[in-house]
Amino acid sequence: MSARLLVRALRDPGGVAALDGRGWNSLIAMARAERLIGTLALRIGERPVPMAVRPILMDARADAEREARQALWEADRAAEALAGLGVPVVLLKGTAYAAAGLSAGQGRFIGDLDILVPREAMKDVEQALIGAGWEWVKDDPYDDAYYRQWMHELPPMIHASRDRMIDVHHTVLPLTARQTPDAAAMLADAVPITNELYMLCPEDRVCHAVAHLLADGDLAGGLRNLWDIYCLLDGIDPAALEARAARHGLVRHVRQAQRLAAALYGAGGRLTLWDRIVAARLLARDGWGRERRKLLGFAFYVRSHWLRMPPVMLARHLLTKWRKGHRPA
Amino acid sequence: MKHALSLKIGPATFRIGSAWRQPVEALARLYADYPAPADEIADFTVRLEPTSPFRRWFRPSIFITGDHGLADAAPMSLAHGLLAAEMGMNLQMALGWRRHLLLHASSVEKGGRVLVMTGESGSGKSTLAAQLGERGWRLMGDEFALLDLETGAIFPFPRLVSLKNRAIDVLAAEAPPGRMGPLLAGTAKGDIRHLVPRGDAVGRMSEGALPALLLFPRFGHATDVRAVGQGEIFMRLTQASTNYVALGEPGFAALTRFVRNVPARAIDFPSGGEAIALVERLWEDLA
Repeated sequence: MSARLLVRALRDPGGVAALDGRGWNSLIAMARAERLIGTLALRIGERPVPMAVRPILMDARADAEREARQALWEADRAAEALAGLGVPVVLLKGTAYAAAGLSAGQGRFIGDLDILVPREAMKDVEQALIGAGWEWVKDDPYDDAYYRQWMHELPPMIHASRDRMIDVHHTVLPLTARQTPDAAAMLADAVPITNELYMLCPEDRVCHAVAHLLADGDLAGGLRNLWDIYCLLDGIDPAALEARAARHGLVRHVRQAQRLAAALYGAGGRLTLWDRIVAARLLARDGWGRERRKLLGFAFYVRSHWLRMPPVMLARHLLTKWRKGHRPA
Repeated sequence: MKHALSLKIGPATFRIGSAWRQPVEALARLYADYPAPADEIADFTVRLEPTSPFRRWFRPSIFITGDHGLADAAPMSLAHGLLAAEMGMNLQMALGWRRHLLLHASSVEKGGRVLVMTGESGSGKSTLAAQLGERGWRLMGDEFALLDLETGAIFPFPRLVSLKNRAIDVLAAEAPPGRMGPLLAGTAKGDIRHLVPRGDAVGRMSEGALPALLLFPRFGHATDVRAVGQGEIFMRLTQASTNYVALGEPGFAALTRFVRNVPARAIDFPSGGEAIALVERLWEDLA
C-alpha cells in the first residue's frame, strides 16, 4: 500500500464510494499523516460516505477553518508589529493562500507564519518582533550562528503568549544553495492582499513552492506541497511562468513540478526516471500512516543537505550535528 | 502493522496496531466484554512501534504514536505494553477529539445525574471514581469526561481504570480478580494495574447524563470542604481540558454553561473511606 490511495482520492473524490472499511482507515491515516485531511474533507464535500466517516471529515474541516482563522490573526499581529518600519509584509505559503482565498488554501494545514522581508530590513524586523513579544526558539549558539550566517531566514521565533512560530525570510533558499532565486524581484512584484499584507505574484508563488519542494527539501510530507503547486498552477500562463522560473534559476524544477502535479493530481503526464524516483519518495506512506522506504527517505535527506551546502561545509555541519546527537527525523 | 485490534470506547473507535503481539493480546483479554465496533472504520489510529528497528527484538522499546503524535513521547518497555496502548488511545483523544469538550476528570452517575471529579494526577479522583463504581454508582470514566457542546450532558469514556500504587490494593479488595489486569511494576508513575469497569459501565457506555456536582478532590489532607469561585472553576477547567482552545467559541459556551449550572466544591480527605462518606454526603446536600 502507498499514498497513491490518497492521491487518487484527492484527484477523484467520487472514487471514495468504492472504499471498504479498511480502505477508509488507510485513507484517513495517510491524509492525517500528510496533513491533507482538511483538503480531502473539502474535496469529498457532501458526497455520501459511511456514517463513521462523516464526523471525521466534519472535524477536519472545522480544524482547517480554525487553522486559517488563527493564521490570519497571527499575520495581523505581525503586520501590526512591523507597521512602523515601512517595509511590506509579504505572506508566504499557507497564510498567504488563506488570506487571499486561493484554492491552495482550502482545508490547508497551516503551521508557522512565514513572511518575506527585504534583507536590509532584517535587523529592524527582528527588533520590532522582539518588542512585540516574539522570542527565540533555539538556544543553541551553533544553530543560531548557523542560521544567521548561512540561512535564508532568521532563526525561528515564537510568540511568548500565543505560542505561534514566525519564520522571517529574506530570500527563498539557503545562501549556500546551488540556486539563487531573485528575492528582490519577488518583493518588487509582490501584490497586495489587504492594506497591510502582501503576497507573491502568481508566477512567484509557484516558483517559491517549487523551490521548497524540489530544490531544497528532503520531500518529507511533500504530497501537500505538491497539492499546493497543483492548485497554484491552475489558470497560470505557462510562458509567463517559464520566464519567471528562468529569472530565479528554477526552470528545471518548475518543469518537473508541473509533470509531477499533472501525473499525481491532474490529467496525467509522462514522467522521467528521476521523476519516478521523486514520486516514489512522495508516495512512501502506508495504510497505518507510517513513512515507508526508509532508505530512499534517508537518501533524499542527505541529498537535501548536499544541495544546500558545498561538500566541505556539509561534512563539518553533519559532524557538528552528529556530535550533538542529532538524528534525521 | 503486524498485530492489530479495533476497540470502541464510548463514542470513539480506535484502531490499534502493534509491532508486538503482547500488548494487543492484553487489550483483547481485558476489553473482551466491550461491544465490537459496528464497522471497521476507526476515529483514530494508534501505533506501537519500535523506537528503532533494532529495538524491536533487543530490549524492546515502544514508541507510542498514531494519527496524532508527540515527538518527545518517552519510550516504554514491552513489559508495559498494555499501558502504552492505553496511553496511545489517551493521546489520540487528547490531541484529536473535537466532538465534545474534553475534561481531564473522572465521572460517575447515579439516578441519571453525573458527579464530575477533576484534579492533578495523584489527587485521588481515579481511585474515588473506581470505588464509587463498585458501590452502586455507574462508572463513566477515570480519565476523560466528555462534555456535550449542545446539551451540556456528560458522556462516558469508560476505558480500563488505571490504578496506581496504593489504589491497587484498595480496589483489589473490592473488585473480583477476574476484572483486574496484570501488575505493571515500576512504570514512570510507579506500579499500575488496570481495572475493567463493571458490566453496567460498559453496557451503558453510549448513555450520557446531565452533570449535577463538580468536585476538586485532594488526597492526603485533613478533611475539609471549601467553596470555589466561578472564575477559578472556569480557569481550572480550561487547564484540565486538552481541546478547549481548539474548539473555540462552542467550547467557551459549553464550559460557561457548565460552570454556571453545576455546583462545585474543593474537598480534602486523609483516606479513601472518609472520601466516600464525604462525597455521598455532599451528593445528598448539593446535587
